[in-house]
Amino acid sequence: MSTVTSNIEVPAGVKLPIYMDNHATSPLDPRVLEAMMPYFTEKFGNAASRNHSFGWEAEQAVELAREQIAKLIGATAKEIIFTSGATESNNLAIKGIAEMYRERGNHIITQVTEHKAVLDTCKRLEKHGYRVTYLPVKADGLIDLEDLKRAIDDKTILVSIMAANNEIGVLQPIREIGKLCHEKGVIFHTDAVQAVGKVPVNVIADNIDVLSLSGHKIYGPKGVGALYVRRRNPRVQIAAQIDGGGHERGMRSGTLNVPGIVGLGKACEIAREEMDSEAAYLRGLRDRLKAKLESELDYVQVNGSWEHRLPGNLNMSFVYVEGESLLMGINDVAVSSGSACTSATLEPSYVLKALGLGDDVAHSSIRFGLGRFNTQAEVDYVAAKVIDIVKHLRQLSPLYEMVQEGIDLTKIQWAAH
Amino acid sequence: MAYSDKVIDHYNNPRNVGQLDKSSAEVGTGLVGAPECGDVMRLQIRVNPETQVIEEAKFKTFGCGSAIASSSLATEWIKGRTVDDALAIKNTDIVKELSLPPVKIHCSVLAEDAIRAAIGDWKKKNGVAEAATAATTAAH
Repeated sequence: MSTVTSNIEVPAGVKLPIYMDNHATSPLDPRVLEAMMPYFTEKFGNAASRNHSFGWEAEQAVELAREQIAKLIGATAKEIIFTSGATESNNLAIKGIAEMYRERGNHIITQVTEHKAVLDTCKRLEKHGYRVTYLPVKADGLIDLEDLKRAIDDKTILVSIMAANNEIGVLQPIREIGKLCHEKGVIFHTDAVQAVGKVPVNVIADNIDVLSLSGHKIYGPKGVGALYVRRRNPRVQIAAQIDGGGHERGMRSGTLNVPGIVGLGKACEIAREEMDSEAAYLRGLRDRLKAKLESELDYVQVNGSWEHRLPGNLNMSFVYVEGESLLMGINDVAVSSGSACTSATLEPSYVLKALGLGDDVAHSSIRFGLGRFNTQAEVDYVAAKVIDIVKHLRQLSPLYEMVQEGIDLTKIQWAAH
Repeated sequence: MAYSDKVIDHYNNPRNVGQLDKSSAEVGTGLVGAPECGDVMRLQIRVNPETQVIEEAKFKTFGCGSAIASSSLATEWIKGRTVDDALAIKNTDIVKELSLPPVKIHCSVLAEDAIRAAIGDWKKKNGVAEAATAATTAAH
């Protein structure tokens, strides 16, 4: 009787469970928490209170955060609008631009591997008379600029393409996309949630008009995000989607989440100062993990472009092993799978399917999201554990056995169920 | 997802993993599911021609923990039964034993299918009439 439970030794200094799912969310950096703390208690003022020191204090903190965020992405403080997170930022950007520029046109271009906050927003707009083009991606996960060029017509008002993908970490050519948009007089929005603070993003150099970012992906708090809205060359206008007290220059009403905003600002400041060294560190860890897995296991593949990728992302398929069963075996390691069994919809990852991967390969995928607080010892443990479990599960896998025997699985008539 | 202790036990200690000689007349093989659907089960039985008792059962499964547990449990249950007794096992029995949540019921259905497919294959090889089971095997 074989046993799947592994007995991989836990290296000294490694505490279980290990968190390696930093694309989902990241832990709060203690330096961020420290900056936030006073704004929960003694500095509790409403940033919109103009006539007493409590309000001024809060407003001052908010304005500092605005500067910190702007500095990270090459913007000016006045171009930063605070929101509750990137889902709201994406909704505000796309719906707000669609509404504001309705008379100019009704055509929006996006692409198939966007986050649902973009795709579902676009789908809603389709119900309201907008026309949306969903560009395909190539096998490496990148869009083809020629496709984009062809898709832009005289009714196009907005192009929304993410900077970095949340599953496969691939970096879209945003600079070229932005350049093309500017040549055609089309507004360029990018969901940069996964990219900001991880790789250089500069709204001027990258020709970005509107950009969404979030606190909790960059070691800041949850429930706070921002939208960059360009004020000149061109000046972009956005119709508010939440009405009320006219906060945020009328674009987003609602009392500001001052502690959250302070945290987001601090997180951006740290990211700006440490991005280069952190990226090199994460790339080292990520490459080490990949090398270890590839050296011990056959039938593994990296999903998406390796060259154009976030430093901390490794999305790999362990073919002939189903993702959820693998997660079950590495239950002291927090990662994600593109397997249908792990999704609410019981469908395998639409991102992986968009790359042209078969459902079987998508079912076998694991997303490792390395972050600031991961260590080399953790990587070594995770690698050893994954190798051990994959080997065991392949002993259980009829597919692996058949492939070993030289059977072509595509030639088998599978009974669909 | 929280797994029941029994699912975890079968996942950690799968019973009867392996393969039997497909070409043997005494062996019936059932291969059900599809890689695209995320689960494939292969269940094999070796049947005593005299007594029609399933003396050996082996499985291999590509699938989630619940699929592995369902097929592992199925091999345990059919060993020592006659083929007709084994056909009496229902997917709902597996659901109950493993406390499978609603989203995992298809794993138990697949295990029942695998039992039927293996027995069907053995009957076909041995020219055993299967009027009673033919309809259910084909229906899925």
